[in-house]
Amino acid sequence: MTATDIQEENFDSKAYLDMELLRFSTAGSVDDGKSTLIGRLLYDSKSIFQDQMDAIEAASAKRGEEYVNLALLTDGLRAEREQGITIDVAYRYFSTPKRKFIIADTPGHIQYTRNMVTGASTANLAIILVDARKGIIEQTYRHSYIASLLQIPHIIVCINKMDLVDWDEKTFNKIVQEYKAFASKLDIKDVHFLPISALAGDNVVNRSENMNWYKGPTLMYLLETIHIGSDLNHIDARFPVQFVIRPMKNDYHDFRGYAGRIAGGVFRVGDKVKALPSGFSSKIKSIVTMDGDLEEAFAPQSVTITLEDEIDISRGDMLVRENNMPQVEQEFDVMLCWMNDKKMQPRGKYILRHTSRECKCIIKESKYKLNINTLQRITDDVEIGLNDIGRVTIRTTVPLFFDSYRKNRITGSIILVDEAT
Amino acid sequence: MTDYHLNHLKELEAESIYILREVAAQFENPCLLFSGGKDSIVVLHLALKAFYPASVPFTLLHVDTGHNFQEALDYRDELVKKHGLRILVASVQEAIDKGLVREEKGYNASRNALQTIPLLEALEKNKFDCAMGGARRDEEKARAKERFFSHRDEFGQWDPKNQRPELWNIFNGRKHVGEHFRVFPISNWTEMDVWQYIYQEKIEMPSLYFSHKRKVFERDGVWYAESEFIQNKPTEIIEERIVRFRTVGDITCTGAVFSEAATLEDIIQEVAASRTTERGTRADDKRSEAAMEDRKKAGYF
Ligand SMILES: Nc1nc2c(ncn2[C@@H]2O[C@H](COP(=O)(O)OP(=O)(O)O)[C@@H](O)[C@H]2O)c(=O)[nH]1
Repeated sequence: MTATDIQEENFDSKAYLDMELLRFSTAGSVDDGKSTLIGRLLYDSKSIFQDQMDAIEAASAKRGEEYVNLALLTDGLRAEREQGITIDVAYRYFSTPKRKFIIADTPGHIQYTRNMVTGASTANLAIILVDARKGIIEQTYRHSYIASLLQIPHIIVCINKMDLVDWDEKTFNKIVQEYKAFASKLDIKDVHFLPISALAGDNVVNRSENMNWYKGPTLMYLLETIHIGSDLNHIDARFPVQFVIRPMKNDYHDFRGYAGRIAGGVFRVGDKVKALPSGFSSKIKSIVTMDGDLEEAFAPQSVTITLEDEIDISRGDMLVRENNMPQVEQEFDVMLCWMNDKKMQPRGKYILRHTSRECKCIIKESKYKLNINTLQRITDDVEIGLNDIGRVTIRTTVPLFFDSYRKNRITGSIILVDEAT
Repeated sequence: MTDYHLNHLKELEAESIYILREVAAQFENPCLLFSGGKDSIVVLHLALKAFYPASVPFTLLHVDTGHNFQEALDYRDELVKKHGLRILVASVQEAIDKGLVREEKGYNASRNALQTIPLLEALEKNKFDCAMGGARRDEEKARAKERFFSHRDEFGQWDPKNQRPELWNIFNGRKHVGEHFRVFPISNWTEMDVWQYIYQEKIEMPSLYFSHKRKVFERDGVWYAESEFIQNKPTEIIEERIVRFRTVGDITCTGAVFSEAATLEDIIQEVAASRTTERGTRADDKRSEAAMEDRKKAGYF
């Protein structure tokens, strides 16, 4: 390439300013066609640049492949390229005139559950791939379970490689029925099924001409239109204080602002708020940003709040509305996904992070471990090791202010940190 | 009821501000790597917003290869003055003079890879426990797997296979003595987002990004600015062309593009239509397919 080619394409810069952001994760077991699907989405939405295309064409040729391997677009690190598999969460970006998309591309092997959980934790939507020839397999259960556990609001099950089953409607329906039977046991709110061929592109961006029996939307259409406006909690006002702003400037001599990102609900100037853990009440005096003060602010905005009264508030505290309190406890049960090589220690002490709060905690009891393929509770062996998911009781040194994860993913989640690693 | 939703630029902004505040709260002595390029300019703008009306609670650190565009240096100095910022310069030239690194020889000599040593030195000398940078995940394949909070061992190295899990919006900056973090507040932004944001926020930019007349020459398919730091081959013809830069870095490995884009709107149109990634104009990534990953493991940004 010598210089940038400018195409005669009119791009509306104003329209771009009004796009929505959708985060989704992809999961499937090895060879289900995940990389090909992502490559296809990027390629058909024209998000691949010429030099990237040149690079993968050259790499495909070097590997002796006859066609351009779209899967190489998303193959990030050298170790993976050498082994030909994806081993860590990788993030991809593309946009259409309607939305900007962030893909958390997560690998499907059992030993990498931690990556899958990582990718799913911020997603609005999960794409789960199924190979039409194989149907539902163990990994499908596992991925779906993790999606439901992490409360991903929307799930799209893509039944891939339809070209290899002669575009057969019955095969598709059978897989759908099987999946539904299983999913009824899970907490999944919104699920869609699509017959596709990632390799040929059928029903990915362009409608398939091989499956006239399918009347539903294409994958891209779903991604562009699925309603995500209600994915965040805009009812229960929660403001974890991240940082106290005290400008050492003459013009702002008495300024004391609480900086943070709204984790839930809406805050308005004049609202009566309570500070936790102190329990002191005050009123919101102003909501400050560099672009000017706001009358109201909502999740997930980052703002700075000032109060009418001088009360003692620091990082880790939380502002809430007086008549809408979170739970305040020092002992609680959680579902825990273990991500450390070292097993969880019974009665072990860990550092706990919850919103902007950090404290020490102790594992009081491990109640059960989950077989994530069958969803059965294992109660006779409750030792929790790498990639295990289980229910444990935790006791903290200070009270936490939280909501159920179902109600709010931010105030309902914690991480444990092993101080030694 | 009002429809509470943010457009994607506002949402990205909120996320980045959140991360900048986490850094200020979790680290004792963080610094912001400032190259004068558009990405670090945007990070600085976000930092101004994150702590308003207080000043930015970080020191800026410029790793200076000595091969700068004068326009970039002027821009940097003006910005520092305008916002009353603190800036430190870590010099590659000094490291060469002290014999810490050896200068590459020949036509494709570049100081880009030499930045690692002075950077690590500056971090250690000033006891910075976190260095923020403007890297984005869409820039390059190896970056796609980088976390927001990226842990580095005492040698400044990144181990892509042993990254810490990063869940929800909980970032864990705990570390052992001697270790530090790299944090990338605009990880989730694309080149397009950055330009749109600059346009939306009316951020003043160095003139290099806009089309101008400049003496350039072609080497291996990339057009470079003529400069005292580059040794020209006899066959290389220097001509005056209308160009602009899509990234601003070391002058010896930053390629120009022919462009008439004179305003931010023109640039946005151009980015929307362009068919090469901005890294396609950077010579240092072309050396081998896994070039970036190799440099990162050794402690590059
Ligand atoms: N026939 C056919 N092959 C496919 C399809 N999607 C993917 N493949 C092939 O399946 C293999 C594995 O695909 P890949 O995308 O690398 O799978 P991943 O391991 O899930 O990322 C490759 O040889 C692909 O070309 C499809 O829709 N039809």
